[in-house]
Amino acid sequence: MAEVSVQNITKSFGRLKALNDVTMDFPDGGFFALLGPSGSGKTTLLRAIAGFIFMDSGTIRIGEESVENVPVEKRDIGMMFQNYALFPNMTVADNVGFGLRVRRVGAAEERRRIGEALDLVQLGQHGDRKPHQLSGGQRQRVALARASVTNPRVLLLDEPLSALDKALRVDMQFELKRIQREIGITTIFVTHDQEEALTLSDKIGILKDGKMVQAGPPREVYNNPADLFAAEFLGEANIVTGLAGDGADIRAPDAAASGAILAVRPENITISKDEPQADAISKCQALLERRVFAGAMATCILQSNGKTIKVISRDQDIPQDIAEGDKLWLNWPVEKTLLVPE
Amino acid sequence: MSGTFLSRLGKLWLACILFFLYAPIVVMAVMSFNSSQYYQLPFEFSLEWYEKLASNTEIIDAATRSVGIAMVTTVIATILGTAASIALFRFEFRGKRFLQVMLFPPIAIPWLITGTAMLIFFFGVGLGRGTPSVIIGHVALALPYVIVVVSARLATFAATLEEAARSMGADSWTVTRRVTLPWISSGIIAGALFAFAVSFDQFVVSYFLSEPGDSTLPVLIYTSIRKGFTPEINAISTIIIVISMAVMLFAARFSKFGGER
Repeated sequence: MAEVSVQNITKSFGRLKALNDVTMDFPDGGFFALLGPSGSGKTTLLRAIAGFIFMDSGTIRIGEESVENVPVEKRDIGMMFQNYALFPNMTVADNVGFGLRVRRVGAAEERRRIGEALDLVQLGQHGDRKPHQLSGGQRQRVALARASVTNPRVLLLDEPLSALDKALRVDMQFELKRIQREIGITTIFVTHDQEEALTLSDKIGILKDGKMVQAGPPREVYNNPADLFAAEFLGEANIVTGLAGDGADIRAPDAAASGAILAVRPENITISKDEPQADAISKCQALLERRVFAGAMATCILQSNGKTIKVISRDQDIPQDIAEGDKLWLNWPVEKTLLVPE
Repeated sequence: MSGTFLSRLGKLWLACILFFLYAPIVVMAVMSFNSSQYYQLPFEFSLEWYEKLASNTEIIDAATRSVGIAMVTTVIATILGTAASIALFRFEFRGKRFLQVMLFPPIAIPWLITGTAMLIFFFGVGLGRGTPSVIIGHVALALPYVIVVVSARLATFAATLEEAARSMGADSWTVTRRVTLPWISSGIIAGALFAFAVSFDQFVVSYFLSEPGDSTLPVLIYTSIRKGFTPEINAISTIIIVISMAVMLFAARFSKFGGER
C-alpha cells in the first residue's frame, strides 16, 4: 500500500491533448474517484498510473518510487477492467491465482491466498467454476479478488460497476467500499456516474477536456464548485444570477467576490404560494411548468425571467393545491447560495 | 400467403444454387462407383476403380507426397502466421499499415502469375524445381490466410486480456503462453486447416514448381486426364473431395463458433 502522486502530467495523442498539466494527490489508504464525461481524460489518467501509457512530461510517484519509466508489469499494481477481462480458459481460482503464480509464491501459499481472496468477496465455493458460468455480479467480484490478491500498492478500477444493472450496482457500491476498508488499499476508480463518485470516494477529481477542474472531498466539491462545469457535473445547479423584477430579491453571501456566478442546488429551494418573509433568504417569483411526483420526492420545473429552475423536495413540503401555470414564490437561505467563480 | 410464397421461392433458389454447385461433383462421385469405363448407363454398382486405385503406386505416391507437403506447409505457415499476427497486433512500428495492406494482394493475384513469378525466382536464386520449392511456394500462398484468420481472433478481446495479465506482473512471454495463445487457439486451428486446404488443393503453383517424377496429386490428375479419362481418377477425386469438405467444414466450425467456452 502506498500513496500515489501525479504531478503536472501531460499526454498528447497526435494533436489531441488527452491530459493537460494534471496534478492530483492520492493519500495512502483512501478511496478516490476520477469523474468526468467521456473524452475528459479520466481513463487516460488511470491508465497512465497503471503504466499502459507513458507520459510526455510530468511525474508519477507510487510510494517513494518514480514510475514514469517503469512498465506495467513492474509497477506492482492491481487493476480491474470495465469488462473484467477474466481469462475464459481458466477457472475462477486460476484467474485469482494468476498474479501469485507469476510471483512464484509457492503452491501452498498460493492456495491459501486464493482461498482468502475468494472468501473476502464471498465466492469461496466457486473456485472451480469457469467465468462463463458466473453471473455479472460474481464476475465483478472475481475480478476484484484477482486485482487485490497480490497485495498491490494501489488498486485501479476502470468503471467498475458500469456493466451491472442498477439494483446490483447499488449493492456492489457498498460491497466495494466494505472490501476496500477491510484491506485498506489505496484505490482509484474511474466513473462517469456522479452518484457513484459521491457515495464511494474520500476525494473526487473532476476532469474536463484533459484538465483537472477540481479535486477535493465530495462535500467540499459539491458545496464549493470551482467552476460552472463542476457545479453542473456534480449534482445539478440553478443559475440565479441576474434574476430581477417581479419582487425578486437575490442576495449574495458576504464573501462573494465580484463577478462570481450565483447558483442554487435544486434541493435547497422552497416553494410557497405567498411571499416568504424570513430574513437572510433570496426569493423570486416563478411559473410552475411541470410537477413530477416520484413517491417520497417530487421534482418541479419552473420558469422565472426566462430561466428554467428545477426544485427537488419532499412531496409533502410542496403546497398541495398548486397547478401547472400557477405563479409561485421560491426562496432559499442565503448561505445555501453557491458562489461559482467565472 | 405472400410470406409462404416468398419462403418457398427462397428454398427453391437455395436448391438451385446447391444443384449448380454440387451436380457435377455428384455425377463424378456416382460414376466412380459405376462399373462401365466409358460412363455408360445403366448404372451398375462396382468398387472396381477403387480396387485398381489401391494398386496404382503412381497415384498412391502422389497422394502421400501431397499430404506430406500439405502437413509441412501447415506447420510452417501456422507458426509464421501466428507469430506475425501477434507482432502486428501488439507492436506499433514504421510501415506496419503498409505491411498489413500488402498481405492481401497475394490472395487476389492469379495463381498462374504467382506460379510463373515463383518459377522464375527459384531458378534465379538457384533452387530450381523440386519439393523444397513447392513447400516454400505453398507456405507463401497459405500465410495470408493464416494471418487473416488469427488476426480476426486477436481483434476480439485479446487486448484487455493481455493488459490484465500484464497488470498482474506477467512478462510478455508469460502473457503469450498463458493468455494469448489459449485465447486464439481456435483461430490458430482454423488457420492451420485453411493452410492445409490451400496446399493440398493447390494445382497451378505445384505444377510449375514440381519436378516431373515428383508430382503432387492434383498435378498427376491433370497429366493423367490429358492422356484420357479413367474412372480411377473419379475415384481418387471423390476421396479428395470428401477429405477437403471435411477439413473445410471443420475449419468453418472453428472460425465461427470456437473459443467462447
